[in-house]
Amino acid sequence: MTKKVRIVVLAKQVPDTRNVGKDAMKEDGTVNRSALPAIFNPEDMNALEQALRIKDLLDDVEITLLTMGPGRAADIIREGLYRGADGGILLTDRKFAGADTLATSYALSQAIKKISPDIIIAGRQAIDGDTAQVGPQVAEKMGWPQITYAEEVLEVNDSKITIRRRLERGVETVTSPLPVLITVTATAAPCRPRHAKRLLKNKNARTMSELQAESLEQGNAYLIPEWGFNEIGGDEKSYGMSGSPTKVKKIENIILQAKESKILSSSDADIDMLVKELIASHTIG
Amino acid sequence: MNNIIVYCETDNGALCDVSLELLTKARELAGTLSCNVEALLIGHNVKGLADVLYSYGASVVHLAEDPRLEFYRTLPYAAITISLFKEQKPQIALFGATSVGRDLAPRVSSALHSGLTADCTSLEIGDHQDKEKQYSNLLYQIRPAFGGNIIATIINPECRPQMATVREGVMKKEPLLSPVNGSIHQIDVNSVLSEGDFVVEIIEREIEERKIDIKGAQIIVAGGFGVGSKENFQLIYDLAKVLGAEVGASRAAVDAGFVEHARQIGQTGVTVRPKLFISCGISGQIQHTAGMDGSSMIISINNDPEAPIHKIADYAIVGDLNEVIPKIIKSYKQNSK
Repeated sequence: MTKKVRIVVLAKQVPDTRNVGKDAMKEDGTVNRSALPAIFNPEDMNALEQALRIKDLLDDVEITLLTMGPGRAADIIREGLYRGADGGILLTDRKFAGADTLATSYALSQAIKKISPDIIIAGRQAIDGDTAQVGPQVAEKMGWPQITYAEEVLEVNDSKITIRRRLERGVETVTSPLPVLITVTATAAPCRPRHAKRLLKNKNARTMSELQAESLEQGNAYLIPEWGFNEIGGDEKSYGMSGSPTKVKKIENIILQAKESKILSSSDADIDMLVKELIASHTIG
Repeated sequence: MNNIIVYCETDNGALCDVSLELLTKARELAGTLSCNVEALLIGHNVKGLADVLYSYGASVVHLAEDPRLEFYRTLPYAAITISLFKEQKPQIALFGATSVGRDLAPRVSSALHSGLTADCTSLEIGDHQDKEKQYSNLLYQIRPAFGGNIIATIINPECRPQMATVREGVMKKEPLLSPVNGSIHQIDVNSVLSEGDFVVEIIEREIEERKIDIKGAQIIVAGGFGVGSKENFQLIYDLAKVLGAEVGASRAAVDAGFVEHARQIGQTGVTVRPKLFISCGISGQIQHTAGMDGSSMIISINNDPEAPIHKIADYAIVGDLNEVIPKIIKSYKQNSK
């Protein structure tokens, strides 16, 4: 009989920066963040799928989805429950606000220590920052090995895991003892869809704050735990802005500057003129 | 003490371009700061590369050699780097934003509680004034954020080293005319590493030869989501073939499965500076243009007259690429010798 394997999946709710459409731009050419939909960070979905595969492979696996963010990030946990996570925790506290990657990894690691898992799986990076830093920083704070750029869990038991990882120029297969932290790339398998029964069962899952705000009764629905500083403890100064060594000095919104462009049409005359100029200047040919 | 240390990565026994680019940048920063540039080199039988590092301005090469360090593994490489930084106290530490650098640098930053900024597109030295204190000679770490819709300048006022990663091809690579008279500082690997650092084992490595080289191309024809389909991307290949060019793509075209990832140009792909860049059906989001706006000449083809790409182009062709590309091919065949 193997022992229970606990997995924490780290997931983040992010603005969908990939779909910055025209309505998401303000008149001054800057981004209207409130017009961007909030989504489940794509690579965190790939991470959830790898956790679910481990659950398929082993007898006794419990998956907890951990997210840090404001109250509305509970959506991420519901989505995880619909797709197969056993539970979720929303890490939320004003003290955590303004955190850079290092202060974020501190808060996550404090919560993870309370859950005491065997495996942490996260997306490689979030699309709002693209830093890929939080995974390795959490691993360091836990004192665990890390396997980044994972594409597939090949084998796993309650003490060891074998993983294929994707590098710039090929693939590498590695083994690690548990506990271990894994970050998963977008080239890994996509996440399985929502499960109809799980959707029905969990659509009323709420945090206590949500129940109060919506004046709902909990009934039989899953109560999503909300953890703040009081629940995870630690050094107060290591959270949020004060725990962040990096500071943003300046933000420039991108307003594309016009430069001297020659505007051409697709007429034969225009194209011929251009090609002749390029040949004459030895740019081509 | 308080110098700039560049983590120097090797690939198949040779130094990676990104490390030499970082050394070149570090020389410029060190000039402003009046400090030295040093290199950290970890591996097996890599001592011979020190001469190359001297020719890029490293006055000291911190060298960690051991058969167990032949291939990168997080724990031993991180232990060596952390130990060295604690001892040397560099003010700045730079890493390539490769799969190695992006695995190693955050681990090191967490252990040292020093700030780290990923994928910087520019590094400068400057001052900073906040409510309580005046700081001088900080590293400005400049990078696109929020999907490339903003450019952020990040600083680490209090914590050292100030750490940053930079992608390959973003900075220029220039050796010195005459190498510095550098020296090797041998790191005592056995005193730093323990058995626990080797718990992760590499059981297989399959390295594919890099076939696609858009970085070295003089001319690039790039397609975007506007090309419409994988089949229609043949048009891009056709034009590239006629001009002796390489094919590139925007992230949207790669995400849509039109072409392989190795051709992706932009913040999350490669940065290119060809003498001619022909952009076809690419709207021109900043995260793409950040990877190509250093091209000597840009021709944009897009049927949307408002597409941002037209604003950075030297020649903006407002028209359907399906019509324009065949016309360019035809005109070229008629007019070239």
